[in-house]
Amino acid sequence: MKDLSRLRADFPVLDQQVGGHPLVYLDNAATTHKPRSVIDALSRYYSEDNSNVHRGLHALSMRSTDQYEAARARTAKFINAAATEEIVFTRGTTESINLVAQSWGAANLKPGDEVLITEMEHHSNLVPWQLITQRTGATLRYVPVVGGDAEGGLDLAALDRLLTPAVKLFAFTHLSNTLGVTNPAADLCAKARAVGALTLIDAAQSIGHEVVDVQAIGCDFLAFSGHKMAGPTGVGVLYGRRELLDTMPPWQGGGGMIGRVEFSGSTWKPSPERFEAGTPIVAGAIALAAAMDYLDEVGRDVIAAHDRELGARAHAALAELPGIRILGPRVGEPRGGLVSFAFAEVHAHDVVTFADQDGVALRGGHHCNQPLMQKLGLPSTTRASFYLYNTPEDIDALVASMRKILKFFGAA
Amino acid sequence: MSELSDLYQTVILDHNKHPRNRGRVPQATRVASGDNPTCGDNCTIYLRMDGDRIGAIGFEGAGCAISQASASVMTTQVVGKTLDEVRAEFDGFKKIVTTGEEPEEFSESAAFAGVHAFPARIKCATLAWHATLDALQKPDQPVA
Repeated sequence: MKDLSRLRADFPVLDQQVGGHPLVYLDNAATTHKPRSVIDALSRYYSEDNSNVHRGLHALSMRSTDQYEAARARTAKFINAAATEEIVFTRGTTESINLVAQSWGAANLKPGDEVLITEMEHHSNLVPWQLITQRTGATLRYVPVVGGDAEGGLDLAALDRLLTPAVKLFAFTHLSNTLGVTNPAADLCAKARAVGALTLIDAAQSIGHEVVDVQAIGCDFLAFSGHKMAGPTGVGVLYGRRELLDTMPPWQGGGGMIGRVEFSGSTWKPSPERFEAGTPIVAGAIALAAAMDYLDEVGRDVIAAHDRELGARAHAALAELPGIRILGPRVGEPRGGLVSFAFAEVHAHDVVTFADQDGVALRGGHHCNQPLMQKLGLPSTTRASFYLYNTPEDIDALVASMRKILKFFGAA
Repeated sequence: MSELSDLYQTVILDHNKHPRNRGRVPQATRVASGDNPTCGDNCTIYLRMDGDRIGAIGFEGAGCAISQASASVMTTQVVGKTLDEVRAEFDGFKKIVTTGEEPEEFSESAAFAGVHAFPARIKCATLAWHATLDALQKPDQPVA
């Protein structure tokens, strides 16, 4: 595998000890760390340019506006959108999905209509659809996952049965944050299109880890967060095809999104301003563009290969441990850079607390996948998730820590 | 490992592996559940009341060693007590897990003093206590 260990030095936060051990950060599916260039972009903006955008005529405002709109263009290029106007800045994946549910959903869904999602969705791509289908009288349906450990991924035969003309929108995750499986996004979008359904992809876990090309995938909407791709918290993106965005009503009102306001009523700007009421996330968007530059300098194909290598290595090593249950693809099958697992005799909380004492940062819980965990009969799992700065030695540290825990609890 | 050995004392490991009063109570008259939504711990408490005192108690649920052991230890301490008395016990327990100070009188609760060094785990240690207090404030009725 390509040696990316020199990149660790780009991430200041990694240079620290936890519990007397060098930090081994394996909670990247929750949030990734930020390279110096992203931190500098935030700092530089506030130190040199800070001003409100769009309506200012002074030098700082114009500089801020230019950089904010340049970040939008950078984002369009990053995901190969057909037009810059197809990029709406939001607070993150969750807000992007809520925007579509509240705006498009409220305007278009009615009793008899269906929204289709999958059993492996994060709560952020599940609860917004529960809310809007309950409000509009539409029906929410789920594509099942296959296998006692969800090792079979999505049930594609069931998908074909569920995708009827009643489905108005099919929303699914690109890369599951719990299972590590990548869904065949282009195929799924083509199937949805064939019955006239729109598609929304939750790309929170894939966007910073591989090339995501919205035109090649053929989706109508795509949502992601900055902080899971080496960017700052508090900024995210909704991509939407322009003709769709321009027919959608605003979901929040305020400054910046209006054409003309009168006491008797108002008119709206076109996308993307229509969906960015109030002062937008200027610094966040500018720093997000710096993160995109960083990822492209490393090479998203290189990151994807590195992720898969680490995921496979961790999977194979963990599978040797006694009493372990690993979710998602089997050893040898394609897997992204994360592994969720559960021990028969040690709860995930205890695992995470123990590992933390060894400087190994993991996540334990239901990973915002409660219904799926219920279906699999698991109260919680432990998850190790990787990024470009992780190394094979990090996985050795993980496995060594797990062996210690099992020994402590008398399980090995 | 010293903070960890404080956290996972022998008493806790023992109660986790061999929980006392696990399961429903026959002819239970009150039931209440608690969840730790961030992590999926859950605990259901069954009570059979004897007047205003706990006649019998049992628990069900799944969670980490701390939450399960705490539920088990708690069930050995509250039988025969009223709501006010359980509240007072819980105040003492909260003091142990938040400050690390052990009580003067011998109590298995002292085993949870190590929790104070792990603030994220206090919720695990108090989950069963909260469910018990909830149950004590409900009216008596047959539990299905």
